[in-house]
Amino acid sequence: MPDETPYTVEGTNGGDITLALSGRIDLDLFGDLSSSIGSIFDSYAPTKLTVDVTGVDYLDSSGALFLVKLEDEAQLRSVPFTLSGLSREKKGIMSLIDRQSLSAPSLATKERPMGIVEQVGVGSVSALQDIYDVISFSGELLYDLAYSLMHPKKVRWGDVVSSMKKVGVDGLPIVGLISFLLGLIMAFMSSLQLKQFGANMYVASLVAIAMVRELGPIMTAIIVAGRSGSAFAAEIGTMKVNEEVDALTTMGFSPMRFLAIPKVIASLLVVPVLTIFSSIFAIMGGMIVGVLGLNLTIYTYIQQTMKAIEIFDITSGLAKSFVFAAAISSIGCQRGFKVRGGAGAVGDATTSAVVASIFLIIVIDSTFAIILHYVR
Amino acid sequence: MRYGDNTVLDNVNFEVHAGEIFVIMGGSGCGKSTLLKQIIGIETPTEGRIWINGTDTALLDEVELRKLHMGIGMLFQSSALFGSMTIGENVSLPLTEFTNLPADDIELIMKMKLGMVELAGYDNHFPSELSGGMQKRAGIARAMVLDPAMLFLDEPSAGLDPVTSAELDMLIKKLNEGIGTTMVIVTHELETIFNTSHRIIMLDKDARGIIAEGDPRKLRTDSDDQRVTDFFNRRVAEKKNEGMTT
Repeated sequence: MPDETPYTVEGTNGGDITLALSGRIDLDLFGDLSSSIGSIFDSYAPTKLTVDVTGVDYLDSSGALFLVKLEDEAQLRSVPFTLSGLSREKKGIMSLIDRQSLSAPSLATKERPMGIVEQVGVGSVSALQDIYDVISFSGELLYDLAYSLMHPKKVRWGDVVSSMKKVGVDGLPIVGLISFLLGLIMAFMSSLQLKQFGANMYVASLVAIAMVRELGPIMTAIIVAGRSGSAFAAEIGTMKVNEEVDALTTMGFSPMRFLAIPKVIASLLVVPVLTIFSSIFAIMGGMIVGVLGLNLTIYTYIQQTMKAIEIFDITSGLAKSFVFAAAISSIGCQRGFKVRGGAGAVGDATTSAVVASIFLIIVIDSTFAIILHYVR
Repeated sequence: MRYGDNTVLDNVNFEVHAGEIFVIMGGSGCGKSTLLKQIIGIETPTEGRIWINGTDTALLDEVELRKLHMGIGMLFQSSALFGSMTIGENVSLPLTEFTNLPADDIELIMKMKLGMVELAGYDNHFPSELSGGMQKRAGIARAMVLDPAMLFLDEPSAGLDPVTSAELDMLIKKLNEGIGTTMVIVTHELETIFNTSHRIIMLDKDARGIIAEGDPRKLRTDSDDQRVTDFFNRRVAEKKNEGMTT
């Protein structure tokens, strides 16, 4: 409450009371005035209440709401209420308040909290629907991809090149840096153990095999999922929200061929190349440790690396990265096309694209591990 | 106001009087929205000054500008309601952030404002569940919740059917007459201009500034400038007909 109360009370306690308001009666005072209503009635116990607003210089809608609350309280206590001194402007403000709206019940009821069984049920149905959507989308994508390969002139190669730049060229620095540091850490940690057995030489083998077979493809895929999968989902999702996808459909374009195919082709071409770079950078990181910490020569390190890697390791790593690329790009596009609503839905789609891609990367890698075990 | 070498507005001078409904009108691309953004401080003019309630906005630092923003309300063309919040939460947000009012009082003010824009009971709806016209009204309720002295409206009738548009015009008029809020409307909708405005300025793309100022009803009939009468009477300018065969 400000130093000076914006009202004076005239009359005798337990009798006719006049509450004379003055100055500004606005939002700034609403909280204090509102909380003083009860005490006004309790302190003065009026049998009749007159509120005089002649001295009020400024009345806003919150001030008017205070007057309405005062009148409601008087009615509740069966105290006759009179409002006096209302100018035309103040009457105008008072007339804007729809008293029924103050106690109007919400037309939309808040969602009932679900029980645990219901939550499991809804979650299961949603997961099954999601699997169905992904399979259905993958089928459509494969069909359109096959069509595009048979009709290469219909592919938007400009978009393919642009996506290749975004996924590949722009992603190379971060893929390179992370792989380099990964190789460095792996070599350093393994060297601490291998030194004890005089097996320094095998640090090079360890880094090379681990990166080319497993970590190179996985790390690259995870980075691409975080950078490009999310970008695909956000780009297509925003286009959905802005009705650009609907515009494509009504113009007779296939949104799948127009938007998804260039991104998928670009990813299929670029992610295996990024994977090769990832392995090279990791081997370079390992070499730094080998040369500086284990007294190996560059020539020895490279020779040991070449000896450790077989063609099969390289091809299996590249095959994996190819499948990862297909999974990441298609999930990113699928999540984008699924967007309904506004900005929040685009954010959800982006998160979902990254999470689903990383999950799929692990599932695909596990599947490859089992298959390669028997193929080899 | 310049974007690179392209001057959009030049030598624009006008005053808005307290309590009036003032319309900034003109054809597409004449700089109406740019001018509005400059007035409310979203964009900075390349040259010139803007005074609000006697304060030169160019001299304000970020904190002072934020305080100034609290004293004005803005209805965006798209309503700009937050999709993840209910209508009630959208309208209550300025009260929650800028006042220390208890939750009951905030809810009461929110319901009052929704009642004023004839959306009583829609507090638990999400923006996506409302029609375009209802979203605009909810946007006005949010813009008016702190009882600002000035309300800016960017194309309030855009995308609305004629009946909804007329209802919105009536609401704008009702709020202006009831609360006395000064309203600055950017629009090219003639219905809105004639239904609501006390005064207008008309901007022109080629003139890069104001070509008419005053009461639109008088300008419609009395203006000597053909660009003005063409606009008010929905006439296609003669130069655009050049080369057309009949």
